[in-house]
Amino acid sequence: MLFALSIITYLLFYALPRDPARLMCGTHCTPDSLAAYRVELGLDFPIYQQYLNWLHAIFFGKDISVGPFPLHCAAPCFGFSNDRNEMVFIMIARVMPVTAYLALGAFILWMVVGVLTGILAARYKGSIFDRSVMATTLVGFSLPSFFIGLVIMIFVVVRWQLVPYPDYKPPTEDFGKFIGALILPWITLAILYAAYYTRLTRSQMLDTMNEDFIRTARAKGLPEKVVVRKHAFRAGLTPIVTSAGLDFAGLLGGAIITEKIFGLNGLGSVALTAVAKLDLPVLVAVTLLGAVFVVVANLVVDILYAVIDPRVRIK
Amino acid sequence: MTELTQDSHLHPSEHSLLVPSSHSGEVLLSVRDLSVTFSTDDGAVKAVSHLSYEVKRGQTLAIVGESGSGKSVSSLAVMGLLGTGSANISGEVHFDGKELIGSNPEDVRKLRGLKMAMIFQDPLSALHPYYTIGRQLVEAVQAHHDVSKDAARARALEMLNRVGIPSAEKRIDDYPHQLSGGMRQRVMIAMALINDPELLIADEPTTALDVTVQAQIIELLRDLQKEFGTAIVLITHDLGVVADVADDVIVMYGGSAAEQGPVREIFYQPEMPYTWGLLSSIPKDDDEGQLDPIPGTPPSLIHLPTGCVFAPRCVFAHQVPGNRCETERPAFVQTGPNHAARCHLTAEQRSTIRNNRKIGK
Repeated sequence: MLFALSIITYLLFYALPRDPARLMCGTHCTPDSLAAYRVELGLDFPIYQQYLNWLHAIFFGKDISVGPFPLHCAAPCFGFSNDRNEMVFIMIARVMPVTAYLALGAFILWMVVGVLTGILAARYKGSIFDRSVMATTLVGFSLPSFFIGLVIMIFVVVRWQLVPYPDYKPPTEDFGKFIGALILPWITLAILYAAYYTRLTRSQMLDTMNEDFIRTARAKGLPEKVVVRKHAFRAGLTPIVTSAGLDFAGLLGGAIITEKIFGLNGLGSVALTAVAKLDLPVLVAVTLLGAVFVVVANLVVDILYAVIDPRVRIK
Repeated sequence: MTELTQDSHLHPSEHSLLVPSSHSGEVLLSVRDLSVTFSTDDGAVKAVSHLSYEVKRGQTLAIVGESGSGKSVSSLAVMGLLGTGSANISGEVHFDGKELIGSNPEDVRKLRGLKMAMIFQDPLSALHPYYTIGRQLVEAVQAHHDVSKDAARARALEMLNRVGIPSAEKRIDDYPHQLSGGMRQRVMIAMALINDPELLIADEPTTALDVTVQAQIIELLRDLQKEFGTAIVLITHDLGVVADVADDVIVMYGGSAAEQGPVREIFYQPEMPYTWGLLSSIPKDDDEGQLDPIPGTPPSLIHLPTGCVFAPRCVFAHQVPGNRCETERPAFVQTGPNHAARCHLTAEQRSTIRNNRKIGK
């Protein structure tokens, strides 16, 4: 699976009509130097050989000559970013935690808020609470993240100055600044996703509340809160877990807009810059990484299925 | 024929008549004038209209009728399982000396599973797919008794053995999907009877099962009833089962009782054309492959006919003079000490029709 992904990702970028050598060559390009870049980048090999070389480098590393200085790119080697003048893997490893913290915090926030609100809305279906929740989520659902992000940024930071301007520091270094820089992006992402998860949870709960086994649970004389928590929620959990896994993986691949608005230097910002500068090694690596997250998330979701639903377990 | 419809402001046909059970004993469940209406976008669905009955301790009442006749809904109303959402319930349900309709839902909940229990049509969907049967049984015990998990599990095992689950000590940790249909229904019965309730409502307990298993389940219910002295309200459309186990029978049609009486009288001296139709629909040895189905379809519960609800399908309606079957709803009148029916035909007419058609013979 991952293997197939790597082939597709590689072909997607390197087999584009864009010539990487021409890109590196820059404005003062002579046919001679272009040919030299070709050799340097290994573009004189056929495409499958290029791919195998690239794959080989990921596992075993390779030597790269940038100008007069030979550099060793240790495994896992995704090449060298001329734009940033840095090894791609090292750079990604540096920015990854920012994105990971952003994704994890937002994930926890939206799951707790969304699922709890969804359960309550389903339980008191038709009440004023339910209706106002539905109306609110519709609004939250319809707002794009750049809008929510900008509004929060302008009012909370600029106008009212409730939170200082984000200045990201790793949590080990300055925990206060870490929280200060991430709280608003967390909220921005959480608003968007919590609205969706509230609706998802609510409709799931309403579906399962009509199941026969819920009637059985009530016929046993279980208190309604046990019926909802142990019987209905568990049965309605599967689609929520599926969505949650994929959304979380998607965020790990970089929340481009949110990172940009709040000035966070994460995977999303890196990807954006790489696209703008056509920094191919970075683009391939970031795309592949995003794909890997989705694949792994799918695997985790499948494992969770088996934990939740005994019928899925293989004997 | 005695009419007992004099003392009420209700339209005579709407007046509910409580037909006393033919058996002696203490009344456990008494339902009076129970009506259930669901408000829907299309209008009010009168699922149950003015239903009255009594069940004595240890007795079996069968409620018979086709889909949508109100038999399940009336039982769910007794159990307090209709919720308060769209269902509008009126009437009285006295159970074990307490009035259930209009009382605190929390009080009714405490009775459910302890004093009154229910089993359902499809045991696969009625059991929670994600929990082992042991866990679901333990939960049923612990919902009402403050006992340890081990004690509850011991009780669960005892019940599983009692309902005839082979190697119950292994099966107790199985999930519902690992059991056969008949075994699942046995588990449901074990779960319903685990707290030794006074009343068991069995809502078509054999409908979803193989024919061979059906008889076993009915046999089991009958044994357990003898052993525990449980009163049973059996909802079914299987008249064979009714003949086997019921003491009294209510035939429901279009949300109300069409006929009610002791099981022998319902089978041997039925007083209502719908009951005749039901009885003629049972395959018999001498039928030579010919069954007599009832023509037409059940009435809409939103727009009930103004006259007799069965009139549009009744082949004898023209024998009543003055078109009364179309215009006037027949009252539920006693035709015997424990027997009542809702029909405009005179006693003589009914007797003649029964004789001519060999109904109840």
